[in-house]
Amino acid sequence: MISAGIDIGSITAKCVILQDHKILAYRILKVKPDLEESAKEIFEETLKLSGLKREEIDRIVATGYGRARVDFADKKITEITCHAIGATFLIPEARTVIDIGGQDSKVIAVENGKVLDFVMNDKCAAGTGRFIEVMANALGLKIEQVGELALKAKEKLKISSTCTVFAESEVVSYISAGRKVEEIIAGVCDAIAGRLMAMVARVGVRREVVLTGGVAKNMGVRRAIEEKLGFQVIVPEEPQIVGALGAAVLGTK
Amino acid sequence: MRKLQSSERMRELMAGYYMQGHQAEFNAWITSGAPVELLYAMDIYPVYPENHGALIGATKLGSYYSDFAERNGFSRDLCSYARCDLGCVFAGTSPIGGLPKPTFLFACNNICNTVVKWYEVLSRIFKVPLFILDTPFIRKELKESHLRYVEEQLYDFIKFSEKITGRELEERRLKEVISKSIEGVSLYSQCLLTARNKPSPMNCFDAFVNMAPIVCLRGTEHAVNFYIDMKKELEERIKNGISAIEKEEIRLLWDNIPVWYRLRWLGEFFESKNACLVADTYTNAWTGFGELKSTDIISSMAEVYTLSYLNIGMDRTAEIINRLIDLYDVDGVVMHSNRSCKPYSFGQYEIQKKLSVPTVIIEADMVDERIFSEAQVVTRLEAFLEML
Repeated sequence: MISAGIDIGSITAKCVILQDHKILAYRILKVKPDLEESAKEIFEETLKLSGLKREEIDRIVATGYGRARVDFADKKITEITCHAIGATFLIPEARTVIDIGGQDSKVIAVENGKVLDFVMNDKCAAGTGRFIEVMANALGLKIEQVGELALKAKEKLKISSTCTVFAESEVVSYISAGRKVEEIIAGVCDAIAGRLMAMVARVGVRREVVLTGGVAKNMGVRRAIEEKLGFQVIVPEEPQIVGALGAAVLGTK
Repeated sequence: MRKLQSSERMRELMAGYYMQGHQAEFNAWITSGAPVELLYAMDIYPVYPENHGALIGATKLGSYYSDFAERNGFSRDLCSYARCDLGCVFAGTSPIGGLPKPTFLFACNNICNTVVKWYEVLSRIFKVPLFILDTPFIRKELKESHLRYVEEQLYDFIKFSEKITGRELEERRLKEVISKSIEGVSLYSQCLLTARNKPSPMNCFDAFVNMAPIVCLRGTEHAVNFYIDMKKELEERIKNGISAIEKEEIRLLWDNIPVWYRLRWLGEFFESKNACLVADTYTNAWTGFGELKSTDIISSMAEVYTLSYLNIGMDRTAEIINRLIDLYDVDGVVMHSNRSCKPYSFGQYEIQKKLSVPTVIIEADMVDERIFSEAQVVTRLEAFLEML
């Protein structure tokens, strides 16, 4: 049984090809405004990487906010279910999944590969990847630099996490006040973690806690979350593909 | 969705109701939770700005009319019924050509406290008298002092309206109206209860669409006749095995005021997932008015209207929802966190913890379509249904 999971997110498209519990290939690409095109592209590229032909894929499952646009998928399942399944596939002890994506963040309670409860961020970009993107932009940083730089900070500056636009103006005023970039960015990471903690509290924390989504790669955010939780979280080797992986796993069922 | 014939009759009935308003000698603008029976008993025509707001929402003109109020300095955070109502007043029209100018205003704060300020504004604009029926919020138990306080105001209100209209409230007429009100509410409740059947012959969207008569015409023959017919149609459906949606696999309960501009969209969404929203807390709130008594009218009125669904503490609200969960045997609750309606939405996260089945919260607004984010709502609802 070979299945493909395609996750069309707000910023990136991800695809995982899975054969009997083994990941054959995966790929991450920037998403284009034409979601159908993005879906085809990510699928074909991953297919090429796996060395398989289209006919050899038994099932395709789409997820992510663009899932409805993947018209060649056999099934469409929300990213909540897929992240829960993907995280449990990699880490069977997972009980809480925190996924921070481009425009959505969610906290999911899982057990035996089933979603027990979930909470998503309010209608607001604060607490999502977009928040970091905007702040990195204001600071003239590349998104990949953010995490490492945040770890260098000796002090965290306070940034409110209520609104991305207002937070950006806070960042700008810190810059003009001559504050250190790493201290500002550490404050940004802390603001996101604070926002997520409010969601975690609603679902309830149960170990192990798995961090997924593109933002999980950001060491600054990860450390801020761990500080607030008081223990270490588990981050899969490639946290960004967990949703696509979950979709692929569901495709084998 | 299989449309009820009653919905067509309701449209005709309500068109007649709105038309009548322009011919009435006296009319009062009234809040949805106020004792309308007193008005009908004195032949004062009741005008419902909230119903009008729902109508504006359903015609997807919420933001258009709201803009007129916002340009006059009213905050976007204000209730969208209030914004649309004031907006229509400023615009001088509405989808139905505006509401008739009020003789006086009658606001009861058993549904929210926005109505107090909203009606004060109306009173200043139209330069007409306003009566505020102040019902104390019942956090735990209803006390004798609460009842006396409300009862006295009801007598004051009778004097107030008698003075304005020069008419006298006849006891015989009041009794008639009360008995029609009780009969109407009872028939209405029986309509809603048909949804206990599996599969359900109606869903909450049918209930939303057909609630206008129990709100606006409660206490009249029209509401009684309407719900007699609707009940007949629903019983006929049960007999013939006709369900509200094609395939009912999941039964759900809706909480809060509907998202009026997305009724059809939501209806089709749930139907495509074989999920039927068999009942809701909103339309069920009116079944409580059935506790009126034709003897001891004023004191029973004080009690019934003080204990309205949005005027009680969170524990009681949760109790009521749990009762509906059992009664309609639902698998989950969809809670609409309504940007407009603070008293209805406040506490949902706490109430959620007290309920016996899983819940999902979606953020939207009853009338202001700018608040609705389709992709976010779809993901939450789909994930919830996958979970169930």
